[in-house]
Amino acid sequence: MDFTPHTETDVAEMLTAMGLSRTAELFGHIPADLRLSRPLAIPPGLSEPDLRARLAALASRDRAETLSFVGAGAYAHFVPAAVDALASRSEFATAYTPYQPEVSQGTLQAIFEFQTISSILLGVEVANASMYDGASAAAEAVLMALRLGAREERRTVLVARSLHPGVRQTIATYASDLEGVEIREIPFGPDGRVDLARAGGGERPACVVVGYPNFFGVVEDLRAAAAFAREAGALLVSVTLEPLALGWLTPPGALGADIAVAEGQGLGLPMAWGGPGVGLFGTRERFLRAMPGRLVGETVDLEGRRAFCLTLSTREQHIRREKATSNICTNHSLCALAFTVCVSLLGPRGLHDLARLNARKLRYAVARLRESGLAEVFSGPTFNEAVLRGPGAPATWERLLRRGIVAGLPLGRWYPELADAILVCATDVHRRTDVDRLASEWSAAKAEAA
Amino acid sequence: MEFPEELRYTRDHEWIAVDGDVATVGITDHAQHELGDVVFVELPAVGEKLERAESLGVVESTKAVSDVFAPISGEVAEVNDGLPGSPELINEDPYGDGWMVKIKLAGPLDSAGLMTAAEYRAYLEESPGS
Amino acid sequence: MTDERLIFESSAPGRRGASLPADDVPADVGLPAIEPELLRPGTGDLPELSELDVVRHFTRLSQWNFSIATNFYPLGSCTMKYNPIVNEWSARLPGFAGIHPMWPAPLVQGALALCADLEAMLAEVSGMDAVTLTPAAGAQGEFVGIKMIRAHHVRAGHPRRKVLIPASAHGTNPATSALCGYDVVEIPVGSDGLVHLGDVTPHLDDEVAAIMITNPNTLGLFEREIGAIAAAVHEVGGLVYIDGANMNALCGVSRPGDVGADVLHINLHKTFSTPHGGGGPGAGPVCVKSVLEPYLPVPRVVRVEGALALDEDRPLSIGRVRTFQGNFGMLVRAYTYMAGLGGDGIARMSERAVLNANYLRARLGGTLSIAQDQPCLHECVFTDQSLAGTGVKTLDVAKRLLDFGFHAPTIYFPLVVPGALMIEPTETESRETLDAFVAAMETIVAEAKADPDRLSGAPHSARVRRLDETRAARKPVLRWRPVGATPGTGGGDEA
Repeated sequence: MDFTPHTETDVAEMLTAMGLSRTAELFGHIPADLRLSRPLAIPPGLSEPDLRARLAALASRDRAETLSFVGAGAYAHFVPAAVDALASRSEFATAYTPYQPEVSQGTLQAIFEFQTISSILLGVEVANASMYDGASAAAEAVLMALRLGAREERRTVLVARSLHPGVRQTIATYASDLEGVEIREIPFGPDGRVDLARAGGGERPACVVVGYPNFFGVVEDLRAAAAFAREAGALLVSVTLEPLALGWLTPPGALGADIAVAEGQGLGLPMAWGGPGVGLFGTRERFLRAMPGRLVGETVDLEGRRAFCLTLSTREQHIRREKATSNICTNHSLCALAFTVCVSLLGPRGLHDLARLNARKLRYAVARLRESGLAEVFSGPTFNEAVLRGPGAPATWERLLRRGIVAGLPLGRWYPELADAILVCATDVHRRTDVDRLASEWSAAKAEAA
Repeated sequence: MEFPEELRYTRDHEWIAVDGDVATVGITDHAQHELGDVVFVELPAVGEKLERAESLGVVESTKAVSDVFAPISGEVAEVNDGLPGSPELINEDPYGDGWMVKIKLAGPLDSAGLMTAAEYRAYLEESPGS
Repeated sequence: MTDERLIFESSAPGRRGASLPADDVPADVGLPAIEPELLRPGTGDLPELSELDVVRHFTRLSQWNFSIATNFYPLGSCTMKYNPIVNEWSARLPGFAGIHPMWPAPLVQGALALCADLEAMLAEVSGMDAVTLTPAAGAQGEFVGIKMIRAHHVRAGHPRRKVLIPASAHGTNPATSALCGYDVVEIPVGSDGLVHLGDVTPHLDDEVAAIMITNPNTLGLFEREIGAIAAAVHEVGGLVYIDGANMNALCGVSRPGDVGADVLHINLHKTFSTPHGGGGPGAGPVCVKSVLEPYLPVPRVVRVEGALALDEDRPLSIGRVRTFQGNFGMLVRAYTYMAGLGGDGIARMSERAVLNANYLRARLGGTLSIAQDQPCLHECVFTDQSLAGTGVKTLDVAKRLLDFGFHAPTIYFPLVVPGALMIEPTETESRETLDAFVAAMETIVAEAKADPDRLSGAPHSARVRRLDETRAARKPVLRWRPVGATPGTGGGDEA
């Protein structure tokens, strides 16, 4: 394929206008020893039909039709058809960052609406224009808490072991080169919630980071975590990777989270093997200046009409350079737009009803799998995921995989103490018959092994 | 541009007025003009100890951000509480309502590096764009 | 053009915009036992609309944007090239869009193969040994790159202290270095717009962790001494980070790996045509020489017994930088683009990008003052000198261009050029478009002399006039609140 519009005549005349005769002369000023002296070793281009055939063949090697009960940070939900139709409009998709607000009001107003929806769902006073994803948003939240705690020399980060391992690892990476910063894990209790009584003591933590719901699908009692954090003089950071849960649960900000972040993928975006998603990031108004990421604000134009622009950009890298709150340049604008369209279509009732349906689907799956010999590991309240264990569960899981069913996620890789357990997710995309099939195949596979 | 005679000035464009053992500090008319519309001011806490040339706060416009440095050493005795809510005071009245902090001097005034109005004017003329 | 209310202002209680999946769970299955305080009490202030309301709202908003699909967008250093529609087609194939990031490798061999192929193509274009596709954006790519440099020095016994960065660099370079615990040493740029070895050598000692240098630089110039500078930095044990933000000029022409880079990031949303999306998502793959390969972030795409898999067990890795493996949807788009163009097409892409930039430079040279009188690569930079005495500023020229249907160039950057206007046409613009842009610029510069007020009041034809950005920053209003709600109380939604 070739997307350059130049005819041979164009090239010749353009070169003439510059006083050149060959395109190679355009690169003549590059020292010869720094130039590539051979063609690129990349196969020749393809026509559109050949290209599409090649992509379709590659895509068909992925087993997208698999019956899957994996959640763990990426969720399949019903998405109204209008979401992609609107969010993929090329006027949104092919615009740049709205640095010229006069000709970017579409993107700017949509982001302002996104910030409002984020604030409502997270229950916070202010939310930014979005981050890359849930884990990097959580890592930025930790960096922000460390900045705010710097004056009091607070350098310890307490992270719940029940938080998604990918998020914990990301926080560790972001904080690893900061002087004196120590990350400590808080264990979980028999209810699957963070066991604050075993948080240890002594140090002055900058923040406490808790999942909501957590990696095990258990809804943490953020009130207790907030009280603990307040007592220790630390900030509470809540991390929600399943945004649909926020349609049903009390918003984290209302329960005392000082910084609330979330992954928005579950509302309006495909799983797409893990990205792009969109990070939601909100906090208290008094921490506004320490918050990373872009912000859109309301103002007026010369004629007094309401209009929107990027604002408070002095916190950002292009002005502050090495003193910026973060090195982040982009948000995930287009993903934030899809999220905004999806929530607008669902509305508060749709969001609530869909969330409630998810909670019931999971309870049904747990009940059916109990009949197949699996027991729920934790006693805490669940949303749409639960940890189940049973004799030989990993081996049975392997057998189901060969039958085209991914019966959840085995947890032994991250939790040796849960080596016989799987994390099972059921959502609105699973029909009752799908869950019944999972349970009966599980029973059958177990029986075969016995 | 105005540079009152009774004040002293720094190369970083702060002004200072000393009354007994207390010095009032702000940014100059030149500095506010270069920054443009000031939108945010960050001030130190009362009681904070400052070393000379240490950053005492930050002034931000929509397009730029600038540290404000302590022209002298001492302890913050008072800050202008009106500024966070009305940062435009720095643009409107840099030497009056736009003052930033009062510093209790740590010892006798060390006037090294402080310029008179005439010296500051000359300094601005030699360093265009500063 | 009508005013479009905020979506919250169009809400009508009880209106529905989506048809939900049926509840087929048996009625005797209950809800989990959960503390009532943890359940959202009300519906909040989320909007309630019909599907048509939502469709009209966002369709109207879309019409208030400039975009590549509608306008020429000559933003310097942003590489706003055409984003082929076929890329969008590929990204939506169920085999790519519908796969879960935690599925076992045998279910995702297609995605893994696409990543392995894309890594190989990027390694060839950049002249590097290994590639990670994980970083979400160029800035995260920089973060990964500097982290790896630090890990390398730590392993050698001492993290070192300094990162050298030219004054012409993008702001992310110093921000990233600071985030990784390094002091930034600014290297001056010569009067010819280039970094010179002589300005680097005084800073070279065993505390130099790296030099971070953009090539071609933000003036659109090839750093001719880059080979010698890289060698000198290597001499003191430092590493060379090349910011590949401007790779669109160099594909098939010169490879960072051949001129001394140890690490570089590539912005797929620039060089490899993935859409900018109004500010993301992008993708910022990082390419390294073998010296840094052990430190690449996890997971890595590896081949095990003939099949592809993701490897997390890499003891020297800097770790994980995001929840899952990457912005895969963007990787599919970039792969589609590279495979469609092929090696010959990729080289032609850079050649035509440079042709277009030099053509604009030649045609505009009589109207605007060129910052550097030497051949440029992908972009050309002008100063505000030709506006001297008119009272018109670079910003006014930028705003006036909007009236002619052209997006403004990048302005006031790089910081080393007074009143900079930075123009990058990209290869996908036709000569007719470039000529029309030149004609508009000539008109505007003539207006600057004859009718400066026309410019300072611009734009005149956009949906809104210039905005009061001071008001936005002094009294930030960052979200809608229901009528009667008190700011600071969060619209009654918070505790």
